[in-house]
Amino acid sequence: METKPPLVAEEERKLALIPGAEPSTYMDPWWWLVILAVALALVLIFTQPDYQSIFHFILPGIKITASVTFASYFLMLIVGMIGALGRLSKNFIFHGLSSLYVEIVRGIPLLVQLIIWYYVVPSVIQKIGNDTGIGFLMNYRANPLIMAVVGLTFCYGAYMSEIFRAGIQSIPKGQMEAARSLGMSYFQAMRHIILPQAIRVVLPPVGNEFVSLLKDSSLVSVVAVADMTRRGQEYMATHFNPIPVWLFVALMYLILTLFSSRLVSWLEKRTRFER
Amino acid sequence: MLPIIQIENVEKHFGRTRALRGVSLNVSESEVVVIVGPSGSGKSTLLRCINRLEEYDAGKIIVDGITLDSAQNINTVRREVGMVFQSFNLFSHLTVLQNLTLAQHVVRNRPRQEAEEVANKLLKKVGIPDKAEAFPMQLSGGQQQRVAIARALAMNPKIMLFDEPTSALDPEMIKEVLDVMTNLAHEGMTMVVVSHEMGFARAAARRIIFMDEGQILEEASPQNFFSNPQHERTKLFLSKILHL
Repeated sequence: METKPPLVAEEERKLALIPGAEPSTYMDPWWWLVILAVALALVLIFTQPDYQSIFHFILPGIKITASVTFASYFLMLIVGMIGALGRLSKNFIFHGLSSLYVEIVRGIPLLVQLIIWYYVVPSVIQKIGNDTGIGFLMNYRANPLIMAVVGLTFCYGAYMSEIFRAGIQSIPKGQMEAARSLGMSYFQAMRHIILPQAIRVVLPPVGNEFVSLLKDSSLVSVVAVADMTRRGQEYMATHFNPIPVWLFVALMYLILTLFSSRLVSWLEKRTRFER
Repeated sequence: MLPIIQIENVEKHFGRTRALRGVSLNVSESEVVVIVGPSGSGKSTLLRCINRLEEYDAGKIIVDGITLDSAQNINTVRREVGMVFQSFNLFSHLTVLQNLTLAQHVVRNRPRQEAEEVANKLLKKVGIPDKAEAFPMQLSGGQQQRVAIARALAMNPKIMLFDEPTSALDPEMIKEVLDVMTNLAHEGMTMVVVSHEMGFARAAARRIIFMDEGQILEEASPQNFFSNPQHERTKLFLSKILHL
């Protein structure tokens, strides 16, 4: 067999893309907005001592916001996947439990859920400890960071499982039938046939969830997590200068969200195949 | 010798409609059976019961000595039974070659090189050896269906089921698919074909089954079926499709 020159292989790869969606050689113009926002932040930090001190104060908060977001996002992908498989399962109990989970979680505001995880759940655990006399439970103290991640994961996992479910259901039934008729088990078919196709379908909404999560992570400031928002509040409380503080905090969120949505759309373009 | 497919009194309901009403059918090895009938007569349902893509409510199906009852048996039978669908159902995220090698690898544990050899040989056999690296959507309908046939053959099935394999094709592409099927029949593959292609039925079938309203009304050799149909319903059906 003759070997093809790389140019031909490149051409063929392009053919697999949707017509008109050729891999772009030019930069997505929205990147300029990201650059502009970063430049603005840098100018403020290096020319205004006010902003410099704000930046240094909220920097640990930025790290917390990023870690809470990444940790919850990773966990909620897993929870969402399990939830979606449950919603699609024929098993009565598995299906019932995941449906119940999704319906309940979607009906309660995230802020209320976070408060429940931080204040209510530990009290309940301590109460159980007192009633049963188990010392370990009696002395239970909630770790704000862990409870915040659990709360965000629990809530967003429900939304995620609906996205995954819709993505899996969007793959034509014939794909599963063809895989099964070749002797693959349900899980082999899921893994090799259904999920790889479903991922391409759900990538945009799943990416958007990351951006939403990043913004909603500001709610954890209410339950004793020193994220960016809470650091801003603390700074304002001592310096009484709301305008620069919140302008800067908003700018930081904007940079993070703009950057992540660019990343999502770049990924989306790279994985888009004709179906 | 025992028939390779034994269907005994199979019943199937979709809600309140009875799709199959006590269907019995035996197919022996190397036999080519073509099932015809009006739409909604249960022919596709019957075919899909043979590899248990459709569950049936009563009766018994034994394929190659294995009764279709446990999940274990169903998977064993599916390995021996290839299926070709009306809508091709090629895996659209995989290349043609990967479509042919994936199941060999995952189900049969064949090493990559061997699987690719099998795949390339089959692509040659169905007449598209140069399309191995293409994606399904870059192929014509006829080519896609031939890839689907090759994909099923790659598992070395003992039986091939065809569910209206040419119904979704442009008229010009029907022949290339039927040619592949006719060759397969001449090689001695056991085939059960649901089709409206009377030309194929005449040329390749050993037996034609006529179904209506979930029952087998008539079974005959192609010659008798076309020249001397017994049942009134069969005559009516033939008069409508053989408008020559």
